[in-house]
Amino acid sequence: MAKIKKKIKTIKVDLDKCNGCRACEVICSAFHANPKYSSNNPARSRIRMIRDPIRDVYVPVYAGEYTAAECMGRDKYIIDGKEYDECGFCRASCPSRDAFKEPDSGLPLKCDMCEDDPPREKPLCVEWCLNDALIYEEREEEVEEETKPEDVEIGLESMVNKYGLQKVMDTVARMSQKS
Amino acid sequence: MRYGETGFNLEIDLTKGNIERVETDPKDTELHLGGLGTNTKILWNRVPPEIDPFAPEIPLIFSTGLLGGTPAPGANRTIITAYSPQTLLMGYSMMGGFWAPELKYAGYDKVILRGKSPSLVYIWIHNDKVEIRDASHLKGKGAVETQELIRKELNEPNAQVAAIGLAGENRVFTASIEQGRSSASRLGLGAVMGDKGVKAIAVRGTKDVNLARPAEFIELCNEVLKYIKFRNDNPVPNVMTILQGLGSPQEMLHVDEKWHTENFSWGNSRVRRKDFWNKEIEERWKSVQLNVRKRLISCYNCPMKCGAIISVPGLSTYMMKCFSKLTYTMAAFVDDLDFGFKIAQRATEYGVDGFSTPQIMAFAFELKEAGILTDADFEGCPSDNEGKFYWLLDRIVRREGIGDILADGTHWAAQKIGKGAEAFAHNNIKKHEQLPLKLGMLNPVYYLMYATGEKINITQIEGQFPQSPFATMEERQEFINDWIQVPDEKFKQIVLDWEFRGERSNPYYPTIDMSVDIVDWQEMIHYFDDALGVCAGLSSFPLKPPYHIHNYPKIISAATGIDMDEEGLKKIYRRNRSLLRAVNVRRGLRRADEVPPEDHWKKRFPELESQLLDAYYKFKGWDNEGIPTKETLQELDLGYVAEDLEQRGIIKNG
Repeated sequence: MAKIKKKIKTIKVDLDKCNGCRACEVICSAFHANPKYSSNNPARSRIRMIRDPIRDVYVPVYAGEYTAAECMGRDKYIIDGKEYDECGFCRASCPSRDAFKEPDSGLPLKCDMCEDDPPREKPLCVEWCLNDALIYEEREEEVEEETKPEDVEIGLESMVNKYGLQKVMDTVARMSQKS
Repeated sequence: MRYGETGFNLEIDLTKGNIERVETDPKDTELHLGGLGTNTKILWNRVPPEIDPFAPEIPLIFSTGLLGGTPAPGANRTIITAYSPQTLLMGYSMMGGFWAPELKYAGYDKVILRGKSPSLVYIWIHNDKVEIRDASHLKGKGAVETQELIRKELNEPNAQVAAIGLAGENRVFTASIEQGRSSASRLGLGAVMGDKGVKAIAVRGTKDVNLARPAEFIELCNEVLKYIKFRNDNPVPNVMTILQGLGSPQEMLHVDEKWHTENFSWGNSRVRRKDFWNKEIEERWKSVQLNVRKRLISCYNCPMKCGAIISVPGLSTYMMKCFSKLTYTMAAFVDDLDFGFKIAQRATEYGVDGFSTPQIMAFAFELKEAGILTDADFEGCPSDNEGKFYWLLDRIVRREGIGDILADGTHWAAQKIGKGAEAFAHNNIKKHEQLPLKLGMLNPVYYLMYATGEKINITQIEGQFPQSPFATMEERQEFINDWIQVPDEKFKQIVLDWEFRGERSNPYYPTIDMSVDIVDWQEMIHYFDDALGVCAGLSSFPLKPPYHIHNYPKIISAATGIDMDEEGLKKIYRRNRSLLRAVNVRRGLRRADEVPPEDHWKKRFPELESQLLDAYYKFKGWDNEGIPTKETLQELDLGYVAEDLEQRGIIKNG
């Protein structure tokens, strides 16, 4: 199959460099305000500092996909003797917590890497993080070009698997004569 | 819609348990900005001067600044005001951290506490929902511990909590209000909070802060950030390490303490320990600090890292900044920094000021040595230097025995003890303990800032004008080349001409007029910061900061929509400055109180000092007693203040 190049935008998070200032939340919520920058409110931010200073926990997390149901992974992790909620690392807007939801409407939020017109060099949270805890990286990856089967083909394939090709063909022929 | 600010204050009557959300007058913002400016006006308007600092009517105000919670970097300060039980004048103390922005997001510019709660309570502010909650289970708990307990109890990990420890509950005059990595610790406002029966204020807010001209405002913020980055990459050359960068003193970062340990008269001392620092201490201190320091941390929306998480094995974790690591260690004559981090942990949980408290303890042991206090006063006190300090800290915070007298600070303790103790309370201005920096030659600029500052402590006296001359003309030229912050080009010439010796050196140069000009500039930026809620560490405190008189008017204007130019902003400064002076004048402040400690400089010049004060007052439009004149007040739209002062006979008619 043919190979194609795909641009992947990522943000590398260096937890050791984070000073916990939440500038990323400030500028994210300002950029996504409507009109742009007209207000700011970290509760609307698409990046959140999971912060527990006394336990030295400083983890910036980006908003990912919305999920309608709670997952089963509500576990605790112990790293370097410190306990973390698995949820603390999760990007999902989900029913088990209020992170990554608009505070008024409850609608889910998702990081869009500061999509803008004209396009920005890097997301604003990265620009405002002078401590370089957030590092923007673009890379090109070679991926196999997928040829997506049509919906009908997918359906037919499962029929064929179940009843055999001959039976499906007979049925289709009979149906076409009837109409 | 209001921009920058929310336009609402939260008024809480603790006696009645009444809570109200009150809309503020936008005119007050135009006249005073916010923060310290509007707090001062509230204090002036609401309570008469003849009132005890613990009177229930006194409003204890927790204020955001006008820019607090906006994207302006470092706009995170909480400005707390009341009357100080120690100085009896208006007490204002500020803290960074995360509390003020959270209050803005909850929809309020200020929390105004008045009255007294019949039992210990805490306040829980969650957007429109505000509750006064029982805190009897938090009685005696540490200030850091309390913040954790409240967050847990409310199940709100993102709530920001400002709390007092045992010292505040017991009305110790050096009691602080602690919050995260920050504390409002000077002038005893923690004691006022404790007296009102409030253990803590917890806040969680999820509303918007609006901006008037968004694109313009963000561009200005970007410029500020860019300049911070430039300054972090380009430390100011030819000055001491501690003065090269931005932020508050980078005491959590630096481990070389030769200069500070040897050049301050620590504790209550009159002398410096000139050969304190040696190889062994250097290595030991470095290893101790790096071992307990878990992370360098910042306040809200600020790229600096002035604080640190400190975790001493066997003790609960806390956060530290500035000089607390040194103040206890050096005052106790302990040579191991390990002690400093350990006792500061206890002191932070108790909630006490890290400058005054060790000074009071050193003062007490000097009195014991001199035979003014007796063995009976120290019954049960261990004899080793570390043990002595822990013992006395416990007594002061609990107000037990001699601790009860010392808890009022060195001035009041000396008055009570008598027998010549007054001579040992040698380091006060307006009854408040000063940083133990004793120098040789009088510096006229510093003289004025020490003498006249309404804040009555160190941050009032440091600023963006160099502390001493540069050695060579090349260095001077290099310094002034990119000095964009000066309000006027004339300040550059002063730096060029300033010498270590000869005619153009301290104390006669900068000249009297120049000194007054320089002080006015330093003060002006402090008054902006304290009204806007911007950290002095990015503005009035360090050399070449990102905020200055040339960008502040634009920033304020873009944020709030208020028309503002440099002249207009300067007038607000003069108004706020004279109003604060009037509050204190009404409390009895006069020229005779504006006196730095006698031993602050070895060489003093009474005649020059008097002339400096004359010129300063005149420049401000105050009379020779330091009282704003009627004309000055009227010119600053403070006619009602002039009227009041006239009625009281403070301003003489005609």
